[in-house]
Parts: sequence; structure tokens; C-alpha cells
Amino acid sequence: MHSMKPFVNPKFVKPLVFMACLLPLVFGIQAGFTDQLGANPIEEITHRTGDWTLRLLLITLAATPLRRLFGWGWPLRVRRMLGLFTFFYACLHLLTYLVLDQFFDWEDILKDIIKRPYITIGFGAFVLLVPLAVTSTNAMMRRLGKRWGQLHQLIYVIAVFGILHYLWLVKADYLLPLIHAAILLTLLLVRAWYQRQSLSAGRPAPQTS
Amino acid sequence: MLIKRPDDIKTSDITDEKIYHQRRAFLQTGSRAALAVVAGAAFPGLMFPGDAAAQMAALKFKKNSGFSTDEEVNSLKDITRYNNFYEFGTDKEDPAKYAHTLKTDPWNVRVEGEVEKPADYQLEDLIKESQLEERIYRMRCVEAWSMVIPWVGIPLSTLIKRFKPGSKARYVEFTTLHDPAQMPGQKRGVLDWPYVEGLRMDEAMHPLTLLAVGLYGKVLPNQNGAPIRLVVPWKYGFKNIKSIVKIRFTETMPNTTWNLSGPREYGFYANVNPEVDHPRWSQGRERRIGEFFKRKTKMFNGYEEQVASLYSGMDLRRNY
Repeated sequence: MHSMKPFVNPKFVKPLVFMACLLPLVFGIQAGFTDQLGANPIEEITHRTGDWTLRLLLITLAATPLRRLFGWGWPLRVRRMLGLFTFFYACLHLLTYLVLDQFFDWEDILKDIIKRPYITIGFGAFVLLVPLAVTSTNAMMRRLGKRWGQLHQLIYVIAVFGILHYLWLVKADYLLPLIHAAILLTLLLVRAWYQRQSLSAGRPAPQTS
Repeated sequence: MLIKRPDDIKTSDITDEKIYHQRRAFLQTGSRAALAVVAGAAFPGLMFPGDAAAQMAALKFKKNSGFSTDEEVNSLKDITRYNNFYEFGTDKEDPAKYAHTLKTDPWNVRVEGEVEKPADYQLEDLIKESQLEERIYRMRCVEAWSMVIPWVGIPLSTLIKRFKPGSKARYVEFTTLHDPAQMPGQKRGVLDWPYVEGLRMDEAMHPLTLLAVGLYGKVLPNQNGAPIRLVVPWKYGFKNIKSIVKIRFTETMPNTTWNLSGPREYGFYANVNPEVDHPRWSQGRERRIGEFFKRKTKMFNGYEEQVASLYSGMDLRRNY
């Protein structure tokens, strides 16, 4: 692995990433106060929170591939924070739907979750995120041991669900969901490739060669 | 031509925008207060009076209150910045940003098919003999939002009578301009360009069916389908084809763009119907732009009394 000189002092990485992750929220609130959310603000808030959930999810999943490809260690150090911010925006997205869009109309909400595949799968993705957020602490990591890693494999399922949620809700223009899907596929391929490499490297050497 | 400012315009003929804005301000205060309570935060940007698009030339028209709703009208700002007009991009705000490239003068409309007088008409020749009317209609989008819009136009039936369609003319097909240089959204194959829509003859002849050339008493802004567009208020918004260059009378049902794109989701009739859901979302309720709470969607968008007889005996679940 080649390593590069860090761009910033490592001790600033966490606070910087933390603030960066809050920017979409800050800009969103600012937009709300300055009439930048358009004619249908509830729809706009739904889209923004959904967009940032997916983006942060993909960024979280990029940590390992970035280390593999470029030897960067810092993304792994902020990976937990990125994952929790993914969960944070997912909560805002769900709350926007429950409160602003449906205003607690539980009957309609339940019907949506059962009957509308894009909502079913989006809600499923959220439900699966909850145990990952709950078990993100050091104490939980220690307690779960090997099973922690297995549990957190769920993130791949969640990512696929999230992108299907996006793909199934658009009317005709599939460009953006497909770009997200392509990024996810690339990240998964990089992982798979390195996993295969390390598997074959770890195997005992063939007896004749 | 009508696009030019007429000299003999009487101030009494022009819709008073001030009144729209006063009513708007009233609504604004109420909705904002409701939202502030509900959401726990005030979004002053949620609603505002329409900013007068000063460059829009005024039109001379009479009011046709018999066909108009007295519901609160949406602001000019909202009507002109929240548009589905994929010819200029698939984002709602794309048309307002990019539609300036559309050249609407001169504009020709070709009339052809099963008709006595097929011809190319200049837009002004199509309109000049007709009295323009203001019609305040509800507009319900298939995406479950709605607006109230003060259109200015002429009943489609007036023109159709002038074209003298033959006995074989059972449908009317409309086509939007196809010119990616003027309509940059057409550079991507999001839909099968050009956009095509259609009506059954009796729907086209219905007194509610309008060809609009104006909005808020002024010439139609490009993003709203200038210079001439269809308005069929009891159908979902996508039936209201914009920037029309061709009107064709046919014996067979036209293939319409959204129907080709998603046959299970967008039918030829596309009548507003809260009982028949879009396969991916409910059509039972809608959000009126500018309001917080959703309202119940009405059968035929509230025009049931006027249009239900057109569809008597038809299975509306099958003919969606």
C-alpha cells in the first residue's frame, strides 16, 4: 500500500466531516427561510433528505474501497460518523413523510407501506438501518464480537433497497437513480475484487508451482 | 397579432392582479400560521404573492365566470416556477430556467387529417376571430398535487367548428413542437418525442375544453406551454399538451406519449378519479400548492356534473 501525506491534520478530520455532514441540513433550513424550496416545499424537503440519505450511504460504503485503492486511512476513522449521519437523514426523510406529507394519517401511511412497492422497500431500508445505528457504539461492538460484523453486512441490503426505492418512484427519467446504482455497483466490485485477492493470498501455496 | 400589446385595451378588461395578491396574502397568513404550529418552524418562503412578470404583454379578454371556480387562485410565481414540461428538463424548476430558448413568434399550427380545410395557420389567424375568455380552472397533476389557474383562451370547440371535421373524425390528436435546439430537454430520450396527446371528439367539443394562450390576463409564459396549449380541467395535467404545432383529426385513437411510456400507469382517458389509483401511488388525495393539509380529490376534478355523461356506461377502472 502506498500512503499519502494527509491533506489536513488528522485530528481535524472528524470535526470537519461532522460539520460537512450538517451542511445539507443548514442549507435546507436556510432555503426554507429564504423561499428557495420552490412552490411545493414539502416535496422539496422530501427529495433533499432522501437524496442526502443515499449520498451519505454511498460515501459510507466508499471508505473501505478508498483505503484499498489509495491507502487512505481517514475515511475508515469517520465511517461510523458517516453511517450515523446516513441514519440521521433517513430519519428526517421518514419524518418528512410521516409529519409534513401525510400528517400522521396512519391509515394512509399503512396502505402506502403495504401497497406501494417503492414505499415498502424504502420503509424496509429504514427498519434495517435501526439495528445498525443502535449497535454502532464501541460497547455494542465488543458485546456482539464476531456477530457485529455479520449484522453490519446488512448495509449492502439497505443500499440496494435504497436505490430500488429511488428507481421505483421516478416517472420517466431514470438517469439519477441509475447513476447511484452504478456508483454502488462500482464500490461493491472494488470490494469483491480485493476480497478475492486477499482470499487467494491467504490460501496455502499450491504444492507444485 | 395578439401577442402584441393592443392599443385599445380598457383597464376594466384586465384582471386586477392586486385583488389576486390580496386574496393570496390572506391565504398566506393562514397557511403559514398553520404550518408554523404544525411543523414547529416558520418557513416564510413557503408562500408569497406572485411577482408580476412585467415583461408579459397584457391580453384583452372577457371573464367567463360561469365556467370559473371561485377557489383561491395560485400565485403567478408558483404557476410559472413549478412546471412539468420535460421538453426543458425533468426537474419542476427546469422549464422556468430553460424555456427562454423557445421562439413563439412566428408560430404555425398545422391542421390536418379528417378535416375539410387542412391548412397551416399562423397563430394570430387562429385566434383573431375569437373572443378570448378568462377561465379559472382547477388543475390536478397525476403526481397528486393541484393548483387553481386563471387561464385566458378560447374554447377548442370554436376552432374545431371552423376547421369542419368530416364524419370520420372521431379523435383529435395534438403534437408539441419537436426542436431540440429550442427545447433542450428533447436531446435526451426521456420520452418518445414529440409529445403527443389526444381527445375523443366529444371531449374536444366540450365547452370546458380550452386552448389557452394566456395566464393571469397576460400572454402565456414559455414554461407554461406558450404560445398555445390545451387545458382539459377534468383530466390529469399531462393531457394538457403544451406548445402545440399540429392538430390532427383521426378515425382511430391516437397513441399518446405517456401512455406509450407507461401503458399501465397512464391511460388515454386520464380522467381525474380518486377511486382509481396510479399503480404506484394513491389518487385519493392531493396537495393544493400553497396548502399544508392534503385535500380529497374529487371525481373528474370537481367537474363531474359537467362531464360525467361523456363516460356513462364506461368502466372507468378499465378506461383509466
